[in-house]
Amino acid sequence: METSALSFYLISAFILITGLLTVFTKKLFRAAIWLLSSLIGIAALYFVMEVDFAAAVQIIVYVGGIVVLIIFSIFLTNNEGVSMPAPLSKRKIFSAIAVLCGAGYTVMLLDQHVWMAHSANAYDPSVKKIGYLLVSNSPDSYVLPFEVVSILLLAAMIGAIVIAIKARPEEK
Amino acid sequence: MSGVPLTHIIIVSSLLFFIGAYGFLTRRNLIAMLMSVELMLNSVNINFIAFNKYLFPDNLDGLVYTIFIIAIAAAEAAVAIAIIINLFRNTRSIDAEDADQLKN
Amino acid sequence: MNLPMNLLLIPLLPFATFLLLGIFGRKYLSPVAGIIGTTSLLVSAILSLQAAYSYFIQHTGEVYTSIVAWKMTWLPFSQDVSIDIGFMLDPISVMMLVVVTVVSLMVHLYSLGYMKGEDRFATYYAFLSLFTFSMLGLVVSVNIFQIYMFWELVGVSSFLLIGFYFDKPSAVAASKKAFIVTRFADLGFLIGILILSYHAHTLDFPTLIQRLTASDSTYLTSAIGSSFLGFSALTWGLVLVFMGGAGKSAIFPLHIWLPDAMEGPTPVSALIHAATMVVAGVFLVARLFPIYAISCPGALELVMWTGAISAMFAAIIACTQTDIKRVLAYSTMSQIGYMMFALGVAGYGGENGLGFTASMFHLFTHAFFKALLFLGAGAVIHMIHSNEMKDMGGLRKSMPITHITFLIACLAIAGIPPFAGFFSKEEILSAAWNANKAIYYIALITAGITAFYMFRLYYNIFWSKEAKHDSHIHDEHSHGEGTLTMKIPLLILSIGAIGAGFIPFGNFVSSDGHHLHLPFEIANAIMPIGVAIAGILMATALYKKENDKSDKIVAALGGIYKGAYHKFYIDEIYLFVTKKILFNLIGRPAAWIDKNIVDGAMNGIASLVMWKANLIKSIQSGKVQDYALYFYIGVFGLAILAIYLVK
Repeated sequence: METSALSFYLISAFILITGLLTVFTKKLFRAAIWLLSSLIGIAALYFVMEVDFAAAVQIIVYVGGIVVLIIFSIFLTNNEGVSMPAPLSKRKIFSAIAVLCGAGYTVMLLDQHVWMAHSANAYDPSVKKIGYLLVSNSPDSYVLPFEVVSILLLAAMIGAIVIAIKARPEEK
Repeated sequence: MSGVPLTHIIIVSSLLFFIGAYGFLTRRNLIAMLMSVELMLNSVNINFIAFNKYLFPDNLDGLVYTIFIIAIAAAEAAVAIAIIINLFRNTRSIDAEDADQLKN
Repeated sequence: MNLPMNLLLIPLLPFATFLLLGIFGRKYLSPVAGIIGTTSLLVSAILSLQAAYSYFIQHTGEVYTSIVAWKMTWLPFSQDVSIDIGFMLDPISVMMLVVVTVVSLMVHLYSLGYMKGEDRFATYYAFLSLFTFSMLGLVVSVNIFQIYMFWELVGVSSFLLIGFYFDKPSAVAASKKAFIVTRFADLGFLIGILILSYHAHTLDFPTLIQRLTASDSTYLTSAIGSSFLGFSALTWGLVLVFMGGAGKSAIFPLHIWLPDAMEGPTPVSALIHAATMVVAGVFLVARLFPIYAISCPGALELVMWTGAISAMFAAIIACTQTDIKRVLAYSTMSQIGYMMFALGVAGYGGENGLGFTASMFHLFTHAFFKALLFLGAGAVIHMIHSNEMKDMGGLRKSMPITHITFLIACLAIAGIPPFAGFFSKEEILSAAWNANKAIYYIALITAGITAFYMFRLYYNIFWSKEAKHDSHIHDEHSHGEGTLTMKIPLLILSIGAIGAGFIPFGNFVSSDGHHLHLPFEIANAIMPIGVAIAGILMATALYKKENDKSDKIVAALGGIYKGAYHKFYIDEIYLFVTKKILFNLIGRPAAWIDKNIVDGAMNGIASLVMWKANLIKSIQSGKVQDYALYFYIGVFGLAILAIYLVK
């Protein structure tokens, strides 16, 4: 087995284990740290898959942005050290059944499926190509969705501010 | 990396997705639920990139979509956290069990 | 001259007045409501007098035929059966037109003074107009269903007028009682109509009478042929129609509403519960008289006996009542009993029809003197502010006109010549003498009792306790004897009470339309006059001066007096029957069925739904994660479906 394949399996195991820990850890702050690890693992997976740009974005946005945001919110709601209440056992059982069925079924389907590659060319996710694809005036560029997403981000930012700074209603 | 079959990558991402789904369904803390959502989104991203790399290497559409998803996830996280903080300020709780005003 | 148009105006003018006053009266026309009502009725009265003149006096030929002046088919059901609205003139309807419009005019005029200052003055006149319209519509009906409709309208306006003082609980109760009792009787009437029209295949009066009297008629054969509980359909129909009439006319045992109906304003009692509406039952029997007399003497016998019992029974009760309006109410009931049994003893055609003529004659004269009595009593009540005899006495000096007119009316009802009541009562008695001796003696005794209680009333009001009322008379609240508009009707009606007897009634009204010479023999008249004078003398002895003789007699009579005072407990019997028997046997089971089966089914459905809802309610927990789980399962299910179906 070549090195990249080996590293893929190792990274995959890391991602899944940290993902599981994220979901099962009692303490919220630890869960956030496990999430951080999992996201870094995914970034590593992108590296292994030689999609450097996606890996970089993953680290910058997720690790540098979202997880930090989540950790901030954990601090703001100040129960970082406390154990989270255990899930309701009834719901835990039903969810577990549903999720295991879903996972088993999906894995079974994937196992049976035969993939058809549409091209034998090498994959070339260079930043230059991505840049042309995102912001050029060629007809098949993604400039319009790109702008829409930027507007969405702006709107989300304003919306988040509006929601978060809304004064607490006056006590009666 | 060519030694790794596509199926394995997809299985990893699917498992990650179901781990996230389980977390979303069982976690009582809203922030923890948000984290689970992030896991699910990431599993989708892995799918996009894997399909793009293995099945459609000529185009970069999957990668572009991944970037969009990451951007939208950032927006989603920002709004969700704003909502959670607002909820916390109003009810002093971010337990999903307490947020059952829908019933009334 | 356009005869039908003028005739139609007779009922339509009061109707227009009703609409006008009913809609605009209270707001805009309150001060002039009385004037409007009285004027329109004056025109009606003149038109009906003119109609009577042209029908009776300008009449040529031997026989009075019925003329249908105007007719409109309203609801045709089949070739034969239709509900028509029309205007029929025949001797009795023309007579009733005159009676109704004249008495109603008097009452309208009288009410100008009596109801003055009343809050709902315009409403009162609107109701009076509605009543007059309905009564006129009733008497000119061409169709048995038309009579039924106006019959109910009369009942409604009577209900409205009895309950006019609706803030008085007793008035409300009385109006309900009147409505329910008469309505109950009308149920019989309706069934009777349906039976008769089912067999005769028509609702039209002339056709109905013709078909059910002609001896070779197949309709009559079918009506007699089919029987139920041993009586023929014809008998059932006629008896049930009579039941409706008995309810409206307060004939025993459906009389219980009439005394209570005195809760209404006194002019209303004079109009509705003395002169016009209560004789509607007599009118109805008279209208169908040929059928009763020719085809079904059995039913007529029932009419006779109930009438006679009712006359006697009411007269006895009247002797014991102390409320002057109740005395008059029982007297009315007694006199209507007279009219009924007079119809009962009559036969169809010629000399046999004496009872019919006598009955109508008595109806005619009674309307005048009974309205006069009521209006006189109204004047007394207006002055004294009480209905009770014990509050009255010695009023002859302060109310001279009322006194004289009341005395005239009392003499008239007692049957003293030459007042109106004498002639009509004499005819009735001779008709009874010819037909049935038992009835004759009942009637004779009743005549004596009538004289007695009327003069008991008269002495108690105008003589007796002399000094007691000076305080009342000089009371600042006292109205004195009443306004001019209250006196004029008294005078006019007393002219009627004196003079109505001299009308050669047999020339106008008879069972078959031919002229009938009314026999008048002094020998026949001696007995009734003697009995009446005996009654008057007895009353004079007992009540002219205040004394304790009457109390002693009361004590001697003991239980009988008590029974009569309590109206022979008829009300209590009704209460027992309705409350205990009907309520327990029908009401309770019906309530049980309603509660347990009807409601139970509804409740069962409701609780089933609730049970199911409780089962699925938990799905709507309001918990985000539950919803997420359902969503997940749904998506999963859809994914499986998509994968297997689309592939």
